[in-house]
Amino acid sequence: MSTVRFTDEHEWIRVDGDIATVGITDYAQNQLGDVVYVELPKPGQKVEKGKQAAVVESVKAASEVYAPVTGEVIEANQALADEPATVNADPMGRGWFMKLKLANKGELEGLMDEAAYKTFVEGLH
Amino acid sequence: MSPSASLKRTPLFDLHRELGAKIVPFAGYEMPVQYPAGIIAEHQHTRSAAGLFDVSHMGQIRLAADDFDDAAKALERLVPGDIRGLESGRMRYTQFTNPSGGILDDLMAARMGEQLLLVVNAARKEADAAHLRAHLAGLARVEERPERALIAVQGPSAAAVIARLDPRAEAMAFMSIADLSLGGVPCIASRSGYTGEDGFEISMPAEDAIAIARLLLAQPEVKPIGLGARDSLRLEAGLCLYGHDIDESTTPVEAGLTWSIGKRRRTEGGFLGAASILEQIAQGAPRKRVGILPEGRAPARENTDVADAKGGLIGRITSGGFGPTLGGPICMGYVDRAHAAEGTELALLVRGTPRPARVAPLPFVPHRYKRN
Repeated sequence: MSTVRFTDEHEWIRVDGDIATVGITDYAQNQLGDVVYVELPKPGQKVEKGKQAAVVESVKAASEVYAPVTGEVIEANQALADEPATVNADPMGRGWFMKLKLANKGELEGLMDEAAYKTFVEGLH
Repeated sequence: MSPSASLKRTPLFDLHRELGAKIVPFAGYEMPVQYPAGIIAEHQHTRSAAGLFDVSHMGQIRLAADDFDDAAKALERLVPGDIRGLESGRMRYTQFTNPSGGILDDLMAARMGEQLLLVVNAARKEADAAHLRAHLAGLARVEERPERALIAVQGPSAAAVIARLDPRAEAMAFMSIADLSLGGVPCIASRSGYTGEDGFEISMPAEDAIAIARLLLAQPEVKPIGLGARDSLRLEAGLCLYGHDIDESTTPVEAGLTWSIGKRRRTEGGFLGAASILEQIAQGAPRKRVGILPEGRAPARENTDVADAKGGLIGRITSGGFGPTLGGPICMGYVDRAHAAEGTELALLVRGTPRPARVAPLPFVPHRYKRN
């Protein structure tokens, strides 16, 4: 069973055992507009909760993507190099950014579940 | 107090909302950055059909004197362009320069009969009016025209669209200006724009702007285009954005705008900053604005440092992003003149990592103006 959690920086994290898949939310891709480039970390790289882990660029601007939790990158989504617009088309599916091996599952506790994130996003308007 | 409380709105604001625009603050106005179609689709639509742009935030100014030549003589104290040489129904691109040759703003100057009409940048319009008043007291009256809206229609179908509403549009050439009647409203239209495409910029009474915009949007070729695509279109066209590619620290010569300095003005001078600008024309400028094409897909944004092949800093990006027509990143910036030749290999320091790039000819996408 996988669990999905969300950050207030609009990243999502789907956890399966001690492996987590990370991406940006539909709200985030919609705010960014057309994504034209994604810079991803390399496998083996350590990322730290709340620190920059990737960069996503729209036509207008570059935005940092933060690691929702601390861990080691085990895979980056190479398909985004050729098709960055996948982030717009399917942000929570084929538009994933990276897979992490979790360093501390306890860090998941502070993240929002889907209902809490939905309320959070509604509060932004 | 919300941050938008002090922002102004153009006469088309309610229409932007109705069309589903994403509104952002720009130059003191609440402006549409994109509509639901998105920047890339809007960009492509302008290149393939026609886009409607609200540019009512820009400043429209009439410079009034006894006749056109007196007004033109006055303006020529502040710009290097040949304004006195304008025939009625023609317009020119020029710049307000400061005493050291830097650019205070860039503008269009048009002649209609004895009238001299200016269009200046939104963020600079108050400063420009004050500059004109300070220098031209007793020579010309500065009449700001906030009661007028400005709409641009740009793209290969623009001429067919405008000519359908007023057939007189058809015969207009690039950089000409004329009276047109759109939906029964008297307008002043120039064949000009900021996209590299054929098109028109149309000045009209503010109270008629929504009706005229609706009439234009009712034409099958026309879709609304936001500031996001306006920026990617002008960048592909190699056109300067004030405050980014040109400002008080750059001269028209460095910016590659020497073509806009009239022959007579190069001999006579007589404008602010003439000494340094004419010297740069004679000696060459120490740095130059160039097009820069990054290798790969990573965009390099404004303020990215530019290095030579050995890693020495030789310049800075002033506009950078993604060119939808090219399907990849494009930039403009200033480099030392030794590195300004087409094809010169450079490195762009994107987030600390040097990425290969080279000097490329401007525009990135050929202009398609209607020249005679």
